[in-house]
Formats: sequence, structure tokens, C-alpha cells
Amino acid sequence: MLLDIKNLYRRFGGLQAVSDVSFSVRPGMIKAVIGPNGAGKTTLFNLITGTLPPSSGVIHFKGQPIHGLAPYRIARQGVARTYQNIKLYPGMTALENVMVGRHCRSRAGFLSGMLSLLWTRKEEKAIREKCLELLGLLDIADLAEVEATSLAFGQQRAVELARALAMEPELLLLDEPAAGLNIYETAEVARLITKINAQGITVLLVEHDMSLVMDISHEIVVLSFGEKIAEGTPSEIQHNKEVIRIYLGEDDAED
Amino acid sequence: MTLELFSQYLLAGITYGIIYAIVGIGFNIIYNTTGIINFAQGEFVMLGGMISISLYQWLPLPLAIGAAVILVMLIGALVEILFIRWLDRPSVLRMIIITIGISILIREAALHVWGEGVRSLPYFVGNEITTVPVLGARVSPQVLWVIGVCTVMVLGLSLFFKYTLQGKKMQACASNRVAATLCGISTKNMVTLSFMLSAGIGALAGCVMSPITYTQYDVGTGLAIKGFTVAILGGLGSSMAAVAAGLLLGIIESFSVSVVPLAFQDAISISLLLAILFLRPHGLFGNKDAADLKEF
Amino acid sequence: MKRHLPLILLILAVIVVQLLTRWTDTAFYLTPLTMTGYYSLVIVGLCLLMGYAGQISLGHAGFFAIGGYLSAMLTTKDLMPLKETLLLGLCDKLGLLVQGQDMLGVASLQMQPWAACGFAILATIIVAYAIGIPVLKLKGHYLAMATLGFGIIVYRLALAFPLFGEADGISGVPGFPLLPGLAVSGDFNSRVSNYYLAWGMVALVMWLLVNLIHSRVGRALRAIHGAEGATNAMGVDTARYKLNTFVISAVLASIAGIFLTHYNGGIGPSEAGIMKSVRYVAIVAIGGMANLWGALVMGAVLNIMSLRGMFGSYDDAVFGGILIVIMLFAPQGLLGISLSATFKRIFRRGE
Repeated sequence: MLLDIKNLYRRFGGLQAVSDVSFSVRPGMIKAVIGPNGAGKTTLFNLITGTLPPSSGVIHFKGQPIHGLAPYRIARQGVARTYQNIKLYPGMTALENVMVGRHCRSRAGFLSGMLSLLWTRKEEKAIREKCLELLGLLDIADLAEVEATSLAFGQQRAVELARALAMEPELLLLDEPAAGLNIYETAEVARLITKINAQGITVLLVEHDMSLVMDISHEIVVLSFGEKIAEGTPSEIQHNKEVIRIYLGEDDAED
Repeated sequence: MTLELFSQYLLAGITYGIIYAIVGIGFNIIYNTTGIINFAQGEFVMLGGMISISLYQWLPLPLAIGAAVILVMLIGALVEILFIRWLDRPSVLRMIIITIGISILIREAALHVWGEGVRSLPYFVGNEITTVPVLGARVSPQVLWVIGVCTVMVLGLSLFFKYTLQGKKMQACASNRVAATLCGISTKNMVTLSFMLSAGIGALAGCVMSPITYTQYDVGTGLAIKGFTVAILGGLGSSMAAVAAGLLLGIIESFSVSVVPLAFQDAISISLLLAILFLRPHGLFGNKDAADLKEF
Repeated sequence: MKRHLPLILLILAVIVVQLLTRWTDTAFYLTPLTMTGYYSLVIVGLCLLMGYAGQISLGHAGFFAIGGYLSAMLTTKDLMPLKETLLLGLCDKLGLLVQGQDMLGVASLQMQPWAACGFAILATIIVAYAIGIPVLKLKGHYLAMATLGFGIIVYRLALAFPLFGEADGISGVPGFPLLPGLAVSGDFNSRVSNYYLAWGMVALVMWLLVNLIHSRVGRALRAIHGAEGATNAMGVDTARYKLNTFVISAVLASIAGIFLTHYNGGIGPSEAGIMKSVRYVAIVAIGGMANLWGALVMGAVLNIMSLRGMFGSYDDAVFGGILIVIMLFAPQGLLGISLSATFKRIFRRGE
């Protein structure tokens, strides 16, 4: 198992945001986490990446416990993420944003950076080339020198994805990669995720767009009010009575 | 320590403590409506003292104090209108720097108007050698004035926030600015009002404390640091807790004099501030989860 | 090499200014210029911390004072009463102490300037780490107040200890012989060499810092400024990066304090005061926060004007006023508005 989550809990004051959630992710698969608003999906991501410490429970990555570690340590082990509300660095170009993603794959420190040693300049050049290549892969190479936060929404998503890929992660967490995109862009995102997955990167995604989830994921976990209510292949989930009741029922109520 | 000495320290601590509390409440009033820590808070206290001393040359004492308080409130309003009002969602760093700039300008203006000299109002009752017995200690009646006036201010403020429409509007702004705007409250005017209010209470405290602590152009910074300590100690935004925190700080400071030299007194209260910031940034009485949600 | 063009301009400007003072017989300008050079070290260090790592410090005069006061105290005050302490005994064995005589011919004991300098920097590093670890966990107002508090404590301690001269500060600090023939001192004959020494240090530090901000570390620092959480999730140990930057800027302030104290032959408590810290912040803000060259240029201009007494008794008021005006109307800094607009115009024309 690449990622193994057991009996995970997270409380905010009186609110049980994640409650007794257990599931695992096999290497090489695309797994989706779905659930109505407030089901605890983003909290789950924050727990996996270390942004929040769990109240209790364990998370193993490649057999090593990672719960309670600082986010940067988890990132260095090979877990990358994107954000639901995009978090790019203002005042930096798209390329520079992606280059930050190379941080954990390079090693120039304060001293060598100050002295601008030969090897650090070589490393810097390699970082730049690798990141340009990634921008090319996502068809935004022409935007490399544009300030990232001034880009269109979909382009910002792409930059964020490139930044995550620059980390060469083993596990990629995508938090609603298709939110705010139209159907063409969503189809493009689906194609991209499959392509990334084909390169051997395991993907765990949170998504509202059911067609996207059903199309590309191998397995699905369903959360509701912080609890796991179902897990299985897309077709199993589509026919799960509990899921239909909670999910569609909620949808009807919302409409 | 004799009972008399103990009472002496205790009363001195309460006197200073309640003044710190007033400054701390001033921080809280502005913080609640704007999310800004007004680094110029201590300057209002200094201005209250200085202006009333100057006015006392022509006016009887109560009138001089009243006029000084009103003038400082106007200065508070002016500061808000000139420097704060028209900024559109400024960053915290920007606001810190602007209010520091304001405090420097006020202090330097005071230096040029009143000079470096130490000034003071006369004792409200009696003179510097008049004493009254309290708890076995002999204290100046001015101490009772300070404690009395500040207590009345604290009570008045809590009544104001609880029972008057303006006070409730300010509370509404504090808890949710957008919602308050939607209810037809002019949040901008509430911000001006909050500056006037905290300038006013600061100025009044500056007047009553002047006979015992004296007033100099640069007393503001020290008071601001102490007031901020108190505001943090009580949990930022919570005015009544600031009173308890203020008294606590005043008493700690006052008793510390019996242990360490006077020169280290400020260092002690600032070390206390640092310790609180490091260990319990949400305050002694505050709630951590709630504090985490606030923007600093 | 494009990024080193301003550095070359700086070096040329330093030389031209010196030649100008020589031709126009205005060598007295070299003293405020030298002092400005040392203050510039504090300013560019603070600029790295505020503009790039995004952490405000209202206590940098404290680090300046730690450097200045420690080196002054160790090289000037009689250490004889402390001779029996373990630390000084060790220093004596290592040959770091010198015997001297005071004015009355009584034997006294001082530390070698190099050793004193080393101690002062070491003390700064220790204090900066000790303060930085808890302080940098704070944000916004809390960080500002905590650093301000630190600055006030240093100021109060300088005033409280007789060893630091209380309100008078320390005077009669000897020169600091760096190399044979080159000493940091206010000696009339070494004005030119001291001028070049100060500005040579500025040029060296600028080279280091410009390299740093263009490196992997600099990029991570700017990212921290933009979105700290998302930077941590990229594998950047944000706490350590902020701390290292804090310590670097503290050491730069301390070095400035050490050198300026030897140059002036003394240091007073006003160097540790809050107004000094605020002034450094003001200059960084005027220069445009994330703009090392802007901070350097504005710092040089304002410090020279201030040291030449152009603001008279309104010195602090001028800095306060500038601070407000800049933050109200041009939060990107004075150079920020004009330069970036100009660049954009040039770019558009080029397209």
C-alpha cells in the first residue's frame, strides 16, 4: 500500500470533521474521495499533508508513519498537493512558482546561494529547464514569464499542477481540480490526470464533478459528515443504495 | 513585608494597573471594529495630560480636563479620517507601519509644542503631601481619584456596549462587519467612533494620572507596550478581561520593585509580554480555537 | 551577469564620490558617508527579512546595539575585576586579552578587538536564535510587538548596567586594526581608507544578498512571503528559513554596530532606541520592501541628510512623516512606483 489511513479522527471544537475514516491507496491507481459539501474531504487532505494534525488515528505512507509530521517533511517523502482555492505565490512568475516545487529535489542552501557557487548555478539552470519542460507538458510554456496570479483561472490551475508535478511526487493529491472549469476544460483535466497517472504517479483526488470521477478513477471513497459510508469501484458506488440516498437526496434537497 | 508596605505596593499596583487596563481597552475597542492594533494608543494618554495641563492655565480644572478630553477625541477622529478611513483593506504590515508613523508624528509634535520637560496637573484634592489612610497604608487622595475615575469609565463602557444603540452597533461591527453593513450600520462611522472613544478614555486616564505619574512627551510608547501586554494577556478583543489583566500586570510590576532594581521594571513587564506571546498568544482567559480563526 | 550591473554602478559611484570630495575639498563629507555605509548594512539585512521573507522586525536596533555595546565594553572597560571568571581565564590563556593602563597609570585589562568582535557576533547569533525561534512563530501585530519588546529590553539593559555606561554610553573605544595599515577608527588620516572599507563591505554584502535572492533559497523566501502554508507543503522548512534569514539580518546589524562603534570611538543608548529600529523599517519601506537596491539608495540618501543635520530637530518627525506618506500613497515604495511604471512603459514600446 502506498497510503494507508486507519481510524482517522479530527475534531474542531464540538465539530467532528473527520470521524473514524480508514482506507488505503494502492500504488499506480487513481482514487477519488467524494461527498457532499462539509463531508470533511478537504480536512482529510489537510490531515494527509500535515497541514492539520489528526486528533487521533494513523496515516502510513510507503509503510512509514507520517501523521503528525510537519507538511514539509511529508512533502519531501513524495506527497504533493494542489488546493481547492488556488494558492500561487503573488509577485512571482508562473515559471518561478513552478520552480518552488523543485525545492525538495534540489539542495543549494543559504551559504552556497550567497556565494553563487558553480554547482549551484548549474543546479539552478537544471531546475529552470525541468520546470519549463513541465509548463510545456501542460501547454502553458508561453506563460512562463507572466505573473502567475494575473493568469486566467484555468491557467492558474495548470500552474499549480505543474508546481506539484515539479516535486516528482509518488502521490499526488488534487483538491477539486475541475472546480470552476467548463466541460471542455474538465475533459482536458481528465485527460491530464490520466496522463499523469500513466507516468506512474498515484493520484488521490477530491472532486464534485461526478462524470469526471466516474470516468477516470479506479476506486472511490464516499464521505458524509466526516464518516466513510462506502468504498469501491465506480460501478459499485453508482449502485450503492446508501450513497444514492445520501448523495442524490442531498442534491435534491439543495436544488 | 509589613502589612502597611504590602498595602502600599498593592495600591500602587492597582493604580498603574487600572491605567494599563484603560489603554488595553482602548486597543480592544479599535481592534474590534477594524482589526487594527493602533500603535499610537499611548499617545492619546500623553495628549490628554499635556493638553489639560496647558488649558489649566486659563480654565478651571474640571473644564480644562473636559476640554482636553474632547480635543483628544477630535484628534482621534482626525487620525482615523486622515489616515485610516479611505484605505481599502490595507495589509496588517501596512497598518502597523502607518500607526507607528502616527505615534511618531504625535510624539514629535508634542516635543515641539511642550518641550522635553516633565509636567503635571495639580492634585485634584490637597497637595503632594496630603494622604489618606487606606488598608493600613497612607496614600495620596489622587490615587483614589485614578482608581475611581477609571472604574467609572470601565463600568460606563460596559453599560454603553450593552444598552445603547451606538454601543450595540459597534459590537455588531466587531462580530461581523459585512453583516453589520447589510443591516444598514455605517461601519466607517463606527470606526471613527471607536477611535474617538478610545482616544477619549485614554485622554481622561492621562489627565487623572498626571499629578502622580507626571506627563512627558515620550510616555506614550511605554504605555502602549503595557496596554498591549494587557490586551493580549486578557485575550485580544475582550475588554473586561483586559481589566483583570491590567490589574495583574500593575500589581506584578509594583511588587517586582521590592525584588529587582527599578531600572529593570520595564524589562520585566516586557518579558512578561514576550512570555505570553510565546506561550499563550490567545490570552490567559481567551479561547485558543477562537483565536486561531482571527486574522492578525 | 545582468543582475550584477547595479553592483558595478555602486562601486563606480563609491569611487566617484570619493574623488569628488577630493577635488572639491569637501573631505568632511567622508565621515557621514562612512557612517551611512555601516547603517546601510543594517538596512539591507532588514530588507532581506522584511521584503523577502516577509517578517517585520521592530527591534533591529537591538542587534546593532548588542554588537556595538559588547565590542565597546570588551575593548574599553577594565575587565580586571572579572579576570577570575572561567570565560576570561580561558581568553587569557588563548592570548585574547591585552594589558593596558588607564589614565591614572593603574593596570587594566581589555580584550583584543578581533576577539571582542568575535564574541559580539557570537552573542548576536545566540540571542537571535533564542529570540527568533519563538518570535517567528508569531504573525502580524504579535510579531511586531514582540520584536518591539525585544528592542526595548535591550535599550533598558543598556541604560541599567554601569558596565554599559548607563545614560552616557561607552566612549573612548579604541580603533579596530583589521589588517596591517588598515584600522577601523575615526582617525583623521584614515578617513579615506575607512570610507572604502565601509562601502567595500556594503558592496560585498550586496553581492551576497543579491545572489541569495536569486537562488533557490531566495525563491523559497519570496514564496513564504506569498503563501507560507503552500510553501511548507512544497517541502520548504519554512520555520528554519525564516529563522536563518532573521539571524543573517541580525548578524549584519551587529557587524554594523561593531564597526560603527570602533569608527565613532563610542556608542550611546540612543543607538538601541526604538526610534532607530523604526527608522530602519521606514527606510526599507521607502525603498519598496522587496527591493534591496531601493532600500540601499533611499537609506544612503536619507541617512546622509540626517547625519548632515538637514532635518534639524525634526529628524524623527521627518522619518515618521515619510513612513506614513509612503505607506498611504505608495506601499510599493518610492522607487517602486516610478521605476516599475517606467519599466512597463519601456517594455510596451519594445513589443
